[in-house]
Amino acid sequence: MSDNWPLWEVFVRAKRGLAHVHAGSLHAPDAELALRNARDLYTRRQEGVSIWVIRSQDITASSPDERDSFFDPAGDKVYRHASFYEVPEDVEYL
Amino acid sequence: MYGNDFGEPLNAAETADYADAVQEYFDGLIGADQRIEPRDAMPDGYRRTLIRQIAQHAHSEIIGMQPEGNWITRAPSLRRKAILMAKVQDEAGHGLYLYSAAETLGVDRAELLDKLHSGQQKYSSIFNYPTLTWADVGAIGWLVDGAAIMNQVPLCRCSYGPYARAMIRVCKEESFHQRQGFEILWTLSRGTEEQQAMAQDAADRWWWPSLMMFGPPDTGDAAAPGGHTEQNMAWGIKRFTNDDLRQKFVDMTVPQAQKLGLVLPDPDLRWNDERGHWDFGAIDWDEFWRVLKGDGPCNEQRLAHRRRAHDEGAWVREAANAHAARQAARQEVA
Amino acid sequence: MTERTDLRSQASPSAPGGADGVAYVLGLADDALIYAQRLGEWLTRAPQIEEDLALGNVGLDLLGQARALLTRAGDLEGAGRDEDDLAYLRDEREFRNVHLVEQPRGDFGQEMARMLWFASYQHELYTHLVDSVDEVVAGVAAKALKEVAYHRDHAGQWVVRLGDGTAESHERMQAGLEAVAPYVAELGDDDPVSVAAAQAGVGILPSSLVPGTVAHVEAVVAQATLRMPDPPRWRSRGGREGVHSEAMGYLLAELQHIHRSHPGASW
Repeated sequence: MSDNWPLWEVFVRAKRGLAHVHAGSLHAPDAELALRNARDLYTRRQEGVSIWVIRSQDITASSPDERDSFFDPAGDKVYRHASFYEVPEDVEYL
Repeated sequence: MYGNDFGEPLNAAETADYADAVQEYFDGLIGADQRIEPRDAMPDGYRRTLIRQIAQHAHSEIIGMQPEGNWITRAPSLRRKAILMAKVQDEAGHGLYLYSAAETLGVDRAELLDKLHSGQQKYSSIFNYPTLTWADVGAIGWLVDGAAIMNQVPLCRCSYGPYARAMIRVCKEESFHQRQGFEILWTLSRGTEEQQAMAQDAADRWWWPSLMMFGPPDTGDAAAPGGHTEQNMAWGIKRFTNDDLRQKFVDMTVPQAQKLGLVLPDPDLRWNDERGHWDFGAIDWDEFWRVLKGDGPCNEQRLAHRRRAHDEGAWVREAANAHAARQAARQEVA
Repeated sequence: MTERTDLRSQASPSAPGGADGVAYVLGLADDALIYAQRLGEWLTRAPQIEEDLALGNVGLDLLGQARALLTRAGDLEGAGRDEDDLAYLRDEREFRNVHLVEQPRGDFGQEMARMLWFASYQHELYTHLVDSVDEVVAGVAAKALKEVAYHRDHAGQWVVRLGDGTAESHERMQAGLEAVAPYVAELGDDDPVSVAAAQAGVGILPSSLVPGTVAHVEAVVAQATLRMPDPPRWRSRGGREGVHSEAMGYLLAELQHIHRSHPGASW
């Protein structure tokens, strides 16, 4: 039996009202100990009110499959950004 | 196995075209002072350099637990005992943050630990010196953590995202480490004659090794052969030269030593009005290389202690895996 | 750090339980202090770095409990002794901890066996002490109850994994349970101080904590596919009266050496 423990990713909710944010990773033999290790490692200073752990290998990440789509920044859809739009200077709350 | 980000490294394809495109893409990000993230294509040299540096940094935290951990059972007050336990525990945590950052580059922590245990990867040589008195715990906090923070603050802006993020966390948590060290010495310096002598003795023994923590000089005879400073600065892994950081540290520390009433063991230490810096004497780089290569007072002891903890824990780690496998099988049946 | 000054300001002026009250609180404090001392030895020696952190947390929790309780004992005594006077300047015979916590560090399985017993006992204890007529003790108990619930869980998680792990770990975990078995009964001994403290409403009768403690340990042991050790041939006695095992002298020598070498010094 191997003595290497699998890798887990840790997500911490800093306080109520905020989403869980990726904090880092750790090693644990199973989910229960991963949670406990995460508590000891990532919330020693009361940094969290809730923790998620997930096996690193179970996460699917976006993966550009050809070079062009990878290297070209998705910069042509500027209309998605608020700064794209011209508004008269004296209009407030927009 | 990857932490923080997932999948195979994207620069696995080995065509010349591809390598050029990687370089162009990477240079563009670095040029724009953007962070490199784990799935970005990156030159192999950059990846290798980071793995080596982050691993050594992590190893230093883990080995660095020993000289102070050594004093937990003997701390002279309960308040100090609690602070020291929390500090040594933080060091374990910092080691883990750093291993976590290294694992995003496609290495496994177990692999890195093996390299530490076999001596293939180094840790900071400062931890090869012994902690002989309680004042040494103060000196480590004040000088060693002080020097470490000086090194680490610029790393918060390192070009590699996971490393920079780990350093931000470490720096935030370490702010108390240096202060508690200073406070220990401050208390001793106002204490009994024996306590004052203890503090001076610690400063005598830790001052020069702390200056060595910034690494060999960037130029001159003692410079590291084949030094990487220039390349690492171009890559945004390093922001200041070793000598710049060392000078900053001396300038910061000398007034603190005066406040503590400690005499730093350097007859050449004097303020240079022209430079606007403190001049200091020659560092014994022979000692530095000697200790780095294994001939320091505690090299063998530190590694043996670490190996022993790892070996004695193997049955526990194996058992946990066996239990997890059995639980998973039970759930499948059910 | 602990709420030392806070606790002092909350302290009720009259000392509930008198001299027995002081001795009782010292017993609670010494159990926590001496076990924290042993756990402090684990940092840098745990089977995995994550576990260094976990054991450090347990040690820090216990040290926090010890400091608050020592301070309270000093206040009740009224002789001007603070937490450090009580931790560093008492002689072995004046320490009132049970033998279980002073035993030298064994392997990780044995440590988890000790932690399971001790945290299960402390969990029962603090569950009752939240109602202590001594407000400070009640306050410490309320905070500590959450801490020891975590310690008990942590130890339980490991006992189950090691018991139901490999053949080697099963054997070693069973051996760990056997090794601590002789020291368990002492946790339930009704010494005169505890009896008086229970009557005064400051404390709780140790024997009343036994069923709950044993039930929890038995449940974990069963889940771990282990078995409860047979009644041991001998059992420890006398810690609460200050009669300790040989290990205690060495432990105190290490704990107290620096402090005692510099009489009157501040640190």
